[in-house]
Amino acid sequence: MKPTDTSNPEYFHKVVDCQYGCPAHTDVPAYIRMIAQGQFSDAYMENRKSNVFPGILGRVCDRPCEPACRRGRVEDKPVAICRLKRVAADNRDDITDRLPKPPPQNNGKKVALIGAGCASLTVANDLRPLGYDVTIFEALDTTGGLMRTNIPAFRLPPEVLDEEIGYILDMGVDLKLNHRIDSMKELLDEGYDAVFVGTGAPKGKNLELPGRYDSDRIHIGIEWLESVAFEHIKEIGKRVLIIGVGNTAMDCCRTSLRLGADNVKVMARKPRGFFKASEWELEDAEEENVDIMVNHSPKEFVYEDGKLVGMKFDLMEYNVDENGGIDRGTSTGEVVIPCDDVVLAIGQDNAFPWVERDIGIEFDKWECPVVDEQTMMCARDGVFFGGDSAFGPKNIIWAVEHGHQAAISMHKYCQGEDIRDRLPMGLNLSSQKMGMHEWSYSNDYDGDARTQMRHVDLRERFKDIKIEVELGFDAEQAAQEVERCLNCDIQTVFAAPLCIECDACLDICPVDCLTITKNGDEDDLRTRLKAPAENREQDLYVSDALPQTARVMVKDEDLCVHCGLCAERCPTGAWDMQKSKILIPYAEDEAAGVQPKTAAGGAGK
Amino acid sequence: MTYIAKPKIAHPSLPKNELGLTTRDYEGAVSTLCAGCGHDSVTAALIQAVFELDIEPHMLAKISGIGCSSKTPTYFVSQAHGFNSVHGRMPSVTTGANAANRDMTYIGVSGDGDSLSIGAGQFVHAIRRNLNMCYLIENNGVYGLTKGQFSASADIGSKPKKGMPNQQEPIDPVSTALSLGATYIARSFSGDKEQLVPLIKGAIMHSGFSLVDIISPCVTFNDHEGSTKSYAHTREFYHHVSNIDYIHPSKEIKASYDEGESMPIHLHGGDTIVLRKLNRDYDPTSRADAFKFLRDRFNAGEVITGLLYVNEGRAEMHELMGNTDTPLSQLPYEGLQPGNDELKKLQNRYR
Repeated sequence: MKPTDTSNPEYFHKVVDCQYGCPAHTDVPAYIRMIAQGQFSDAYMENRKSNVFPGILGRVCDRPCEPACRRGRVEDKPVAICRLKRVAADNRDDITDRLPKPPPQNNGKKVALIGAGCASLTVANDLRPLGYDVTIFEALDTTGGLMRTNIPAFRLPPEVLDEEIGYILDMGVDLKLNHRIDSMKELLDEGYDAVFVGTGAPKGKNLELPGRYDSDRIHIGIEWLESVAFEHIKEIGKRVLIIGVGNTAMDCCRTSLRLGADNVKVMARKPRGFFKASEWELEDAEEENVDIMVNHSPKEFVYEDGKLVGMKFDLMEYNVDENGGIDRGTSTGEVVIPCDDVVLAIGQDNAFPWVERDIGIEFDKWECPVVDEQTMMCARDGVFFGGDSAFGPKNIIWAVEHGHQAAISMHKYCQGEDIRDRLPMGLNLSSQKMGMHEWSYSNDYDGDARTQMRHVDLRERFKDIKIEVELGFDAEQAAQEVERCLNCDIQTVFAAPLCIECDACLDICPVDCLTITKNGDEDDLRTRLKAPAENREQDLYVSDALPQTARVMVKDEDLCVHCGLCAERCPTGAWDMQKSKILIPYAEDEAAGVQPKTAAGGAGK
Repeated sequence: MTYIAKPKIAHPSLPKNELGLTTRDYEGAVSTLCAGCGHDSVTAALIQAVFELDIEPHMLAKISGIGCSSKTPTYFVSQAHGFNSVHGRMPSVTTGANAANRDMTYIGVSGDGDSLSIGAGQFVHAIRRNLNMCYLIENNGVYGLTKGQFSASADIGSKPKKGMPNQQEPIDPVSTALSLGATYIARSFSGDKEQLVPLIKGAIMHSGFSLVDIISPCVTFNDHEGSTKSYAHTREFYHHVSNIDYIHPSKEIKASYDEGESMPIHLHGGDTIVLRKLNRDYDPTSRADAFKFLRDRFNAGEVITGLLYVNEGRAEMHELMGNTDTPLSQLPYEGLQPGNDELKKLQNRYR
């Protein structure tokens, strides 16, 4: 193999699994260390820079970082990253004077953002400090989009939404509530310099089965949740069936329990392991005694005397192949499950009845807009999409990242620059050595198990739909959980010319991830390492030829716990522990025209 | 040394031996030797060897004297028996332990100072007795614990960090052992585990005295230019005259070996090692030839490594003395203590 090019920011970025897995690339290890040191406001601001809504995301993020977390490979359970984010938000001081500020004078450019959800708000957050005149059009009488209408208050209290959205609106955003855009053409005629569409995926999927329209007790999940959020719906029957087993279904079943239902079943077509819902959302629903019934494929709605009394299902059987794929299944019988209400939570689509098809905005065969994944611009210059409206339903953190990228494009577009000519990611490396055996980070591996979240007592929580179930980590729990972080951004950096091949690093490495051997191609090298290197998603770090024998040092990045013992046992300093700071450009950096800077120095920063 | 303990976490797919243990289970405390010390690599090779031999930790005894080398037993198999004895007295303590319990595996770890100066007399008599033990010399040519004075194994012309080059003839443990009739004599290098691990395994399984002299650089006091036991010097001048493959009793000899270039050696316990000769001129079963070859190559400045001499034909201490097969701890009290009448009979023989 060729020596690894560590000057390419991509290499060390990928080692920081959580940050790499996060669409917005939040610097997770950095903010966890800040929490460890009690710097909650700093941790909050570090989060806010990339994900804009730490308090919200600390509760309801889809957490792509956690399945990516190295700790999940080394042991079993990842670091509770999302909950730690909430710790930063819960314990921060007043940070309003640290927020970005609009300049005294606007720059003369006007942008329109459609929809007041997370994508549009992120664009506003990035463009308002550059002096753009930002107008947000929102159809409803409140902000937040699906964060407010689809996520129940017992998971995300409205005050948290109001506060973090307020930070952005207070920069002087012109918010027009109750202002549905019915015609894109008319909006474009108003002379905005750029338009951003952040209207989400507001259309809940329907289930066209016999009897679908014969009762008013059959609801579409996201519409029903919205009506509950606005208190238009305050009750539901005793027996409720939820069709579908995604995260919306989890919100629907738990909401039903708070509106008077006492027998709630989530009906899944497929077996466990093929559910769309996140593991933790399933756990939370099951804790509330929701039944999740597998292998039930909905067939028809059952009526007696014109009243909905149940639903008929096919009982399914599936074959799962060795790669984990599942076939379409076969029916082995039928069953009728009685109910009073049915909630359909089988997915949602984006919908653009208000975008004319003759104004240069192209749509694909699924009626999705054609959007460039890097620039977020559609076929018509100056019109940008983000969030669920761009590529279909994803999640909040993706919407935020779309917003950041769209903001860069919109800025460059308004300034007449090439929107593809973007600043690259940068990389800063700084040694964390403080003394013979001292590092600026907590390098001792902590074997504690993942900290359990405390919940409001089951008897208490159903009294009011607004009672937030998760209590957040207390000080002790937070202090314990931060120590589980492996500090993957404190990189093992190797300087081949200094190596005397004494094997000290190989011998001390607790996870046997180092080998000195003859070079070869990757397939060959992976079979010759000290411990099996079977996870091909994780790179091998290969050195230049070593001075004494021309062999190479090979590190399998997969399970390195970043304990720093290789560097401590190295007599020549060939190994060093260096903090990698990935420098991610935002609209303000593009405006300044220079790579983002970071303060060099201790790992705490 | 390091301030944190080596984390207990391990690679989830580490191989297990027949006892269901991994190499991690054969570790000891984290080394307090200088970072980069060759001795730590020897420790790692020892761990690998006893792991691969499926040795039960409680059936292993680690004995040492004084010096950097003699700290080694602390760093492997913490569950084994250990005795850190007086300077140079490791062979006596091992002799005593072995006399009492011949069923256990004995690994003595010594250094060039411990074995070739203060303990030279002990070293030669352990060989003479053909004590059934694995005797390792971690040989770095200096006294590291006392700031790097030359030891008896320092080569003529070797330069110290400060002061005059060495002018005295070195004592070569391999030639010494050869002249005294040791039955398994090997030399290796701490930086070459591929060669070292099988040599240690063979030494452990050999019945009788086995010596492995390991060039183990002192990274602090003897790893500079002009030093003849540095990493760089050893790598430049060392030659494999032979390699061995240790064959586990449960495995068949799979690889084919050319006549004349390889020879299977059947050890007493049923184990086999296959010696692969890399130099056709070398005969590892002839003491006279081996001695000449080694002296010639030594005079040419080469560091010859591998299994240099082996003799499976000689009886070890217990056999020579006709001792009981049963460890003393397992003998019934009557057997250990024949009683007053027997004592009187014995005394009467000398009246």
